[in-house]
Amino acid sequence: MADAKKKEPMLAIDGIDVFYGAIHALKGVSLTVNEGEIVTLIGANGAGKSTTLRTISGLLAPKKGSVRFLGKDIAGMKAHKVVAEGISQVPEGRRIFAEMTVMENLDLGAFIRKDRDGIEKDRKMVFERFPRLLERKDQLAGTLSGGEQQMLAMGRALMSRPKLLLLDEPSMGLAPLLIREIFEIIQDINRAGTTVLLVEQNANMALSIANRAYVLETGRITLSGSAKELAASDEVRKAYLGG
Amino acid sequence: MELLQQVVQQLINGISLGSIYALIALGYTMIYGIIKLINFAHGDIYMVGAYIGFFAITQGGFSVVPALLISLVTTGLLGMLVERIAYRPLRKAPRISVLITAIGVSFFIEYTSMYFVSPTPRTFPQMFGDVAVSIGGIVINGQQMLILGITAVLMVLLTYIVQKTKTGKAMRAASFDTETAELMGINSDRIISITFGIGSALAAVAGVLVGIYYNSIDPLMGIMPGLKAFVAAVLGGIGILPGAVVGGLILGVVEALVSGFVSSTFRDAAAFAILILVLLVRPAGLFGKNTKEKV
Repeated sequence: MADAKKKEPMLAIDGIDVFYGAIHALKGVSLTVNEGEIVTLIGANGAGKSTTLRTISGLLAPKKGSVRFLGKDIAGMKAHKVVAEGISQVPEGRRIFAEMTVMENLDLGAFIRKDRDGIEKDRKMVFERFPRLLERKDQLAGTLSGGEQQMLAMGRALMSRPKLLLLDEPSMGLAPLLIREIFEIIQDINRAGTTVLLVEQNANMALSIANRAYVLETGRITLSGSAKELAASDEVRKAYLGG
Repeated sequence: MELLQQVVQQLINGISLGSIYALIALGYTMIYGIIKLINFAHGDIYMVGAYIGFFAITQGGFSVVPALLISLVTTGLLGMLVERIAYRPLRKAPRISVLITAIGVSFFIEYTSMYFVSPTPRTFPQMFGDVAVSIGGIVINGQQMLILGITAVLMVLLTYIVQKTKTGKAMRAASFDTETAELMGINSDRIISITFGIGSALAAVAGVLVGIYYNSIDPLMGIMPGLKAFVAAVLGGIGILPGAVVGGLILGVVEALVSGFVSSTFRDAAAFAILILVLLVRPAGLFGKNTKEKV
């Protein structure tokens, strides 16, 4: 659990406004992620969850506000540079490179790295974590099942050895059993030292593994607190946990 | 026997011509693959390549291979410059704006070249004209051997770059999904720039080879081959590298057969008839999957 450490949070978003063309998608969103935590951002479809992640990873630039990561302002930094800062995103819908092999996908995950031995080691680590990827390493990624593609997307993101892993809807389109497996892996990854910011529509699952949570509604944070508190709150139960 | 001989002869002519189309079509298709732009200025880049080769040979006194290299490098840089100045500022603009810009760039290159090198055609020095191999009445001349040899080398090299190198993997990733490529730490602007460089370099080689083959170059020489290479790219499936090569070869062979057995008047018509046919029957091209547009 997140103790009230006096340390600066790993990620601190402060009052960001983000626009999609004319659409005001985020209105003064602030949130923090401390090192070692799993923090989840829940909310309905279109609330701005993905937009928040995309702003952190540099795919979108905020009009106002700041995004600080390990003490450095990364708001508006290009996405390909944000990776080098230690943030890796598993995008919504997995977005694997379908016409390339599993191996090539993993290699692309390590694109910014030059330490061959380290990459080799991490590849082994990914294959240990996702044995099914090893079986299919020379297969085109597009031929994998949905669950395997999610695993590949996560493995690929881990290949850059991120300090902070951003996960966008990892449960999307997966069978309940598989969702459970994926969430266990997320916990494993976290235990191994990677901080996680998780965006989910499946609030139940997300709250069950997170330390803290934020609720996003039409571009604003409306609730925040420990995952346990939120899971117990009437408001969240009614709106997101089906009673 | 006579007929068979003629057919084989025309096939050889067609494959030589088709190799040239393939070299140009590769650039078209690579650039389309990565930024979804039909780069209408590509044929003019090819023309500039021919002129640089021409001046390297006639003014610089270089032989063919160094002249090819000079042209390849200079034209590659020119392609990168065009992308940087004309297309990069429009990265987030609607595709039609970029397309119109490409047409503008095309005219700009054509008429700027006319100003500097004059509209009068130049005669390329005769090269390899006296070398020829004859097998059973079928003649392969030195220029054709040069074209086939150089094209083959470049294609092997390109395949190696695209399939095996880190930059090649980044190119494939960025052309499949630019945004996700960025998330991998790939600087897509840099990859796009490299793609323009390689595509333009291939067109430059085609330009020099055509100069040697047909002996004559002029500032508007890029228009027709540019259009035909576009047809070749569409025929093979735009965005697909092997498609561009096969498309180029088919187009070259069809043109050679039509001019050999029907009439050279219908040569160009044949190329565009192919385009119409492809668009009617198989719009995604020979190698293309009939998938929906990427969102």
